[in-house]
Formats: sequence, C-alpha cells, structure tokens
Amino acid sequence: MLSFIGRSIVQKLVTLFFVSIVSFLIIHLAPGEPSQVDPMNPKFTPEMVERFRQAFHLDEPLYRQYLYFYRDLFTGQTISWKDNQPALKKIWERFLNSLPLFIVGTILTWTISFPVGIRSSIARGRFYDRSATFFSYLLISIPGFFFAYILIIFVVTQFHVPVIGMQTFGAGGTSWIQNIMDRTWHLLLPSILGATGGIAILSRYVRSQMLEVEGQDYVRTARAKGLPSEQVHYKHALRNALLPFVTMFGMILPGLIGGSVIIESIFSWPGMGRMAYEAILARDYPVILTVNFVSAVLVLAGTFISDLLYMVVDPRIRL
Amino acid sequence: MNNTSENAQYQDLTLEEPAAPKRTRLQQFWRLFKRNRLAILGLIIFVLFFCCALTGLVLTSGSKPVFDPAQVRLEEKLLPPLTRPNPETLQPNEIPPMGIYLFGTDDLGRDVFARMLQGAWVSLTVGFVAVGISVLVGIFMGGLAGYFGQHYIHTGHLLWTAFLTAGIGLLAANHPVAGIIILAGAALGPFFFGPGKKLPGAGILKKRTISVDTLIMRFVDIMLCFPSFFLILTVVALLPASIYNIMIIIGLTSWMGATRFVRAEFLSLREQDFVSAARALGLSNFRIIFRHMMPNAIAPVLVSATIGIATAILTEAGLSFLGFGVPPPHATWGNILSDGKRFIFDAPWLTFIPGFAILVVVLSFNLFGEGLRDVMNPKLRERQ
Repeated sequence: MLSFIGRSIVQKLVTLFFVSIVSFLIIHLAPGEPSQVDPMNPKFTPEMVERFRQAFHLDEPLYRQYLYFYRDLFTGQTISWKDNQPALKKIWERFLNSLPLFIVGTILTWTISFPVGIRSSIARGRFYDRSATFFSYLLISIPGFFFAYILIIFVVTQFHVPVIGMQTFGAGGTSWIQNIMDRTWHLLLPSILGATGGIAILSRYVRSQMLEVEGQDYVRTARAKGLPSEQVHYKHALRNALLPFVTMFGMILPGLIGGSVIIESIFSWPGMGRMAYEAILARDYPVILTVNFVSAVLVLAGTFISDLLYMVVDPRIRL
Repeated sequence: MNNTSENAQYQDLTLEEPAAPKRTRLQQFWRLFKRNRLAILGLIIFVLFFCCALTGLVLTSGSKPVFDPAQVRLEEKLLPPLTRPNPETLQPNEIPPMGIYLFGTDDLGRDVFARMLQGAWVSLTVGFVAVGISVLVGIFMGGLAGYFGQHYIHTGHLLWTAFLTAGIGLLAANHPVAGIIILAGAALGPFFFGPGKKLPGAGILKKRTISVDTLIMRFVDIMLCFPSFFLILTVVALLPASIYNIMIIIGLTSWMGATRFVRAEFLSLREQDFVSAARALGLSNFRIIFRHMMPNAIAPVLVSATIGIATAILTEAGLSFLGFGVPPPHATWGNILSDGKRFIFDAPWLTFIPGFAILVVVLSFNLFGEGLRDVMNPKLRERQ
C-alpha cells in the first residue's frame, strides 16, 4: 500500500513535469507574441515593446523563460500581464464564484442520474427505459449554448425571472432574504445547464453497470432463493454496481477548475471558465499557464484519489 | 450390406444443409442492427445529412452559385421563414432561386437556407477529418504500444533523437552549418554504432531505459491532463483562424481513447493462436498487424469514432459560437447561431434552425454509434 502510494506520487510528479513543459511549449511556439498585441497603437513605440519584453523576460531563450515562470508560480509571484494582479489571487477569486455553480451542478447530477439509471435498468426494454434512453441521447447531443437559449427564452417569457449574471444589477440594499432569492434564481439556470450533460452520461453509465451486475450468477441465485425483487435489486445488485462510481468521485475534481467557458460566457458569470477565455483573448500567458497547471494538478490528484478509494472499497484489488 | 447403408446414411448427413442457417458476418451484423430502431433512425438521418452536405457544397460554391450564401439584401433583413421576397425592391439576380426564403433571412438579409446548406459541409468535414486524424494517430500509437510494447528504448536511441532534435533546432534557429554537421552526425551514427558493430564503449549505448509501451502510455497520460476544450480553445485562438487548423487541432487532442482501445485489443490478440500461427508462417510484422490483428481490434475504435464525430461537430459549433471558428464570410452552423443570438427575441429562427440542425445531426451520430456498440458487444446483447 505504502509503496503503491510512493510509486504513484513519483509517477504523477513526472507526468506533471512533462505537462508543464508541453503546455509551455504549446503557448510559446504558437505564432505571434504577446508584446505585439497592437502594432497600430501610436503610443506603443518600439522602445516600449523592448522594455516590456525585458520586464517579462520575453527576450531570453525559452528554457530560461520556463524556469522563470515556474519559479514565480511556486513562490506565488506570478502576475497577470493584463492587469498586474497576482495570477493565483485572480484564479482564487474566480474560483469562489464558480464554486456554487459547481456544487449545485454536481449535486443535481448525482441525485438525479442514479434513480433514473437504476429504474431504467430494472425496466429494461420497457417504455420508461426507452424514453429515458432517448432523452439522455437528446441531452448529450444538444449543443450547450442552444439549450441555454431555449431555457432563457422559456424562463424569461414564462416566469419573468432575471437570469443573466450572478445577481440582479443594483439589487443590493434590499432585505437579505430577497438577496438570497435573487442569487438562487441566478444560480438556477446555469447549474441546470451544467448538470444536463452529466446527468445524461452518468445515468447511462449507471444503467449499463446495473445491467451487467444483474446478469451475474449471484443475482440469479438471490432471485432463485425467492427474495423479494426490491431486495435483489437494491441489496444484491446495486451494492456491487456502485463500486466503479466510488472512483468517479475522484474524477469530479478536475471539473472544479474547468468550469464551462460557454455557459459562463452566455450567463456573464464571472467564473473560472470566463476568466480563462478572457486570458486567452488577451494572450495573458501567465494566467493561461497557471490555469492549465492547476487543472493538471487536479486531474492527477483526482486519479490518485480514485485509485486509493478503489483500493479501500474493493478488497479484491491489490496494487 | 450393413456397412454400405451406414455409408449412405453418412452421405445423407453430409449432403444435408447444416442445421443452423449460415450467415456471413455482415448479414449477422445487419440482422442484429435492424432490431435497434433508434440506430436505424440515426443511420437514415446520417445518410440524409450526407446528401444535404454534398448538394449544399455543389449548390453554394463556385463563382455563380445557385444559392448564394453571401448575397446581402439590406431591404429584406430579419424576415421570418417562408416569406416571399419583395420583387419590387430587389434586383432580379438577388431573388433567391426558389422564390421564397425557406428559413428566413438574417440581420444582413442573407438567405439562411443557403447559409445552412453551406454550413452543412463544414460540419461534415470537420467531423470526419478530425476523427480521421485522431483514429489514424490512435491506431498508430496503440498498435505500436500493443505490438512492440515490450521492446526497450536504448540509450543509443535517446542520444540519436537528441542529436536529431538539436540539429533541427539549430537549423530553425539560423545556425545552418552547426545544424547540418549535427544532423549528418545523427545520420552517420547508425553505421558506426549500429547492430553487430563491436566498438569499445558501445555497450553504454545498449543500456535499457524504458519500454515503448511505458513511453506511449505516459504520453497518453500527459495528454489526458489537459482540459480538452480549454486546450483546443487556446491553440485555436493563438493560430490563424482557418477551418483546417480547427480540424487538425480537434484531431490531435482526441486520439487518446483510440490509442487505449487499440493497445488493449492488441495486448490480448498477440497472445492468441492465430497470431502465433501467422508468425510461425514467417509473415512480416506489417502483414500480421494490418491483415490479421487489425480487423479483430477495430470494432471499439469504430464505435468511439462514430461518437467522436458527434463530439467534434459539437466542439466546432462551440468554437464558432465563441467566435474562434471559420473566418466570417463563410457560414457554419455555429456562427449562424452565434450571429443570431443578438436577435433571440425578435428573430428566434436564427437561433432555432441551426440549433436544431446541430442537435439532429449530433443525435443521429450518437444513436448510430450506440447501436454499433450494442451490436458489436456480445456482453450487452439481449439473451435470446
């Protein structure tokens, strides 16, 4: 166990190192330079460009830029080129904005997809199963932005509820209960949208997992013993079908930072995804690279946690 | 006497048709596939979409297209679907060929039907080319890892690669003389230190480092660490806007699944008897891989490719929506929708028509792919 943990941590660190190199190369080898953002600007003299290049180490060879960047990142000194804010602080603020979206979305995903998936595996081939299947394909296939507009039209014309932004503009100063309701309304649509794809995929996965377990011999034995079907489904089958989902808890982690670029930009939600999008537009390399690095750390931590959970939950696995 | 009758009996038996009706693989596949009505629906829609995209390409390209997607008619802007153009304010060559705006017009008075036709071809090619690239890379990497995985990379190989990279790097960095010298050194290296050569100190070049399998699978792990849509967005934003860049980038960021499938299949197939037999017959590796192993390993790749096409179409639409798609005069479904979002309450057809088109096409690919998976996976088949 300990040796497994040690080995996998070393392995993940090596992977992280290569990820940092690859992402750095992708950004810096792409054509164009951040110092040439606006060549037409008359205030932007060549001397100034040269000064900026020196200030941000852009005139040095790539490997030294790499070392400078990651030295700054680990000492927490990375600053955004756009507004000179510390990159980590910026990301943290945006992360706090994205967090409620992520939490509500995850809760919706996990609480809805399990009942739907289990029920459609039990009712296999019947009307419920077929309609659930069709709807989950529909939700997987619908482009997020299109679905967002359908929902916006529907909600705005039917309920006259504000949907854009984190709260109604200028609504401060009213009573706290109104504030909370206002925030909740604004949270509703984006988190539903964030959850739809997850619900569709996860419920399909629950269904196939349940079907696989239901075909096992011990389930047939349980049924042959004359156990009531609830007990067979929920005690014998479901418990074993749940195993792989334990590992999926680890996979949630990367979703923390990925956010959704498209949904956040439709709803003007000042979250992670939108910050990343704005950073890309502004060629703000330190922010792009930091987001990339943090999300790689989260992916690796997620797989590590899911491996550990799997070992704890399933005694048959010896790594 | 007895003997002959027995013989006759055997003859009867051999002449009889085999009890189970013999079907080819394809027939059997079709028989199972036919039962899945949703998958059939997906296939039909896919064929229709393919025809639409082809006719759209023919009708909207060239110097004098039948449907001109770029024709601007400012008098006729934001007309709802099925309106007739007003012949009094338009030049005769501006009137759409069917005498009606089937899907209405957009904010510049361009015919949405013509733009949709043009966009269909973009969606189709993006889906197929991107997935083609990712499947090719996936098969190559997966095949390498699965078939030659147990081979080790020697220090000599690493040194050679380092020389090659350094040479190319120097060439690119305007040091042609040094670059050429180092490249020549790399090219001549195998003649001096190649297999069978006994040179003092050559042993150090034969030190094993890591296996091919480890190398490739670690690379897959590294690629999986990137948040894919964010990575695609970054690269597309940094590169010049062009449809080919988008296809290549989507393809190069989605090959990891195919690699894993091919590798897993190859690892189990290479232990099987028919591969040993092929090797015993002295067939070349190339022939064993492509003639004997690949047909048995391709099923999961095909399924994931079909679903990958759906994902690629969605990704392209998302990029167009964010403004990173195909450059403006050219229409794609994503940018028709993204242009139309400003008029969402006044001209909802600009949002709904491309949205539904994307939805239906992506849905058809997903349904077809899932149907394929059900047919090809004996475990999920219903017990009969």
